[in-house]
Amino acid sequence: MKKLINHVDDVLAESLDGFAAAHGDIVSLGSERLFVQRRAVRRGKVALISGGGSGHEPLHAGFVGHGMLDAACPGHVFTSPTPNQMVAAAESVETGAGVLFIVKNYSGDLMNFQMAADLFDRDNATVIVNDDVAVENSTYTTGRRGVAGTLIVEKMVGAAAERGDKLAALKTLGETVNRATASMGVALTACTVPAAGRPTFQLGEDEMEMGVGIHGEPGRRRVKLTGADDIAAELTGAILKELAPGRGQEVILLVNGFGGTPVLELYLMVHAARKVLADSGVKAVRYLTGSYVTSLDMTGCSITLTAVDPGMLALWDAPVHTPALRWGI
Amino acid sequence: MSHSALIRAATQTLVDHVEELTALDQAIGDGDHGLNMKRGALAIQSRLQELDNKPLNEALKSMGMACISTIGGSSGPVFGTLLVTLAKDLPPAPGPADLARALGTSIAALTRLGKAEVGQKTLLDVLDPVRRLLENPGESSGEDLLARVHRCALDAAQATAQMDAIKGRASFLGERALGHVDPGSRSMALIIGAVCDSLRVTQ
Repeated sequence: MKKLINHVDDVLAESLDGFAAAHGDIVSLGSERLFVQRRAVRRGKVALISGGGSGHEPLHAGFVGHGMLDAACPGHVFTSPTPNQMVAAAESVETGAGVLFIVKNYSGDLMNFQMAADLFDRDNATVIVNDDVAVENSTYTTGRRGVAGTLIVEKMVGAAAERGDKLAALKTLGETVNRATASMGVALTACTVPAAGRPTFQLGEDEMEMGVGIHGEPGRRRVKLTGADDIAAELTGAILKELAPGRGQEVILLVNGFGGTPVLELYLMVHAARKVLADSGVKAVRYLTGSYVTSLDMTGCSITLTAVDPGMLALWDAPVHTPALRWGI
Repeated sequence: MSHSALIRAATQTLVDHVEELTALDQAIGDGDHGLNMKRGALAIQSRLQELDNKPLNEALKSMGMACISTIGGSSGPVFGTLLVTLAKDLPPAPGPADLARALGTSIAALTRLGKAEVGQKTLLDVLDPVRRLLENPGESSGEDLLARVHRCALDAAQATAQMDAIKGRASFLGERALGHVDPGSRSMALIIGAVCDSLRVTQ
């Protein structure tokens, strides 16, 4: 394992300290590094709190700031944060309008956020994000994973909270955006959890993992590496099958790097995805390209589409000022 | 008997098996299980002296709260809730029937928490066979029963390899999780085994 670290036990703490220093104009670190919060909390606004295992940076702490989250709780690498982190964050940023928790659909996250919601005695609600179409859902399973689409939910709900929407309306909006959003990813090489010291899985020189998760969990199947057009066709095809957009439907296209993939290739994937969309009569009206919901040093990418109406598009375009996402200000 | 020896054994086995648990979780999960269990185990060990002075159920509760506030992931709420529920239900010096009853309550609590049931490749598939053995130990008691419980837990964990994963991250794999032992079940079996061995030594 080759990584820019000192000691594996200090990775998270030292990274959080650097993050808080680098973005001290926007965020501050809670006591004992339990959470990252906005430096300037707006009174009377519903507080948006997310969190999850670390290793997906800039998700979630990178999205704390005006127009997005009020606080984020970082767990250990790929491990959900603990309930006391969410409670401490909620107590720090709640200002009378309640708290909306935005949670990715994993057993651990669900249980820890549920415990936090039970412990926190002020008004709160939860939105669960499960945009990954690589996983077949059924009544009996944990269901689909929450992946890169979480960014889009946090952006749109964050904008609505900023304009003064109430807790119940924000929960409904979050669920609407989640339903309109679908993602799927592919890995070319695995990631290495610092404390584990070796790659989470092994892929041959000519193999890729189709439908991979953002923790390097295996996906749908392992297949021979093909060209970018074929990969984009499979990912985008699965997403379009799920969203079933009508001709002329407007979408946001997020091509998200997993941490180890050059921007050069991500833009190439944007080009490839556009061809698939054109064939389906779907129109990309906004783009976001970069490594936003990562899996440590994994190479590969995910494609996310959100089918938008003018109202959702306005929320996407609304000003945002966070460490990782800034426009309109 | 002081319970610090028991607690030390039950936690140290997780520290000693961290590599194995990591490998199991890397096969069907995301590879964090071994490290999470180790973190919880060390958090409990750091409170050993304080735990030793408490009655059994208070010690269990305190250990459960330590799990919930330090582990995270699925293991924090699951092992934490198990310990906290056992704490509520166990008398000061529990016998096999008391343990069976408390395990029954704990299984119900974990089912509520994780929406998982017996037979879905989770640690419930270790707890339930152990509960049934303790409920109907037959002629077995003392050292013999402890050895049987130990064996039962290890076998039950091994048997999870042949189950379909329906809950947790392994569920995303469908059939690809077949043939792999569930890491949480392996941890549960290690803990039960260590407790049994520790009790046999002190009998």
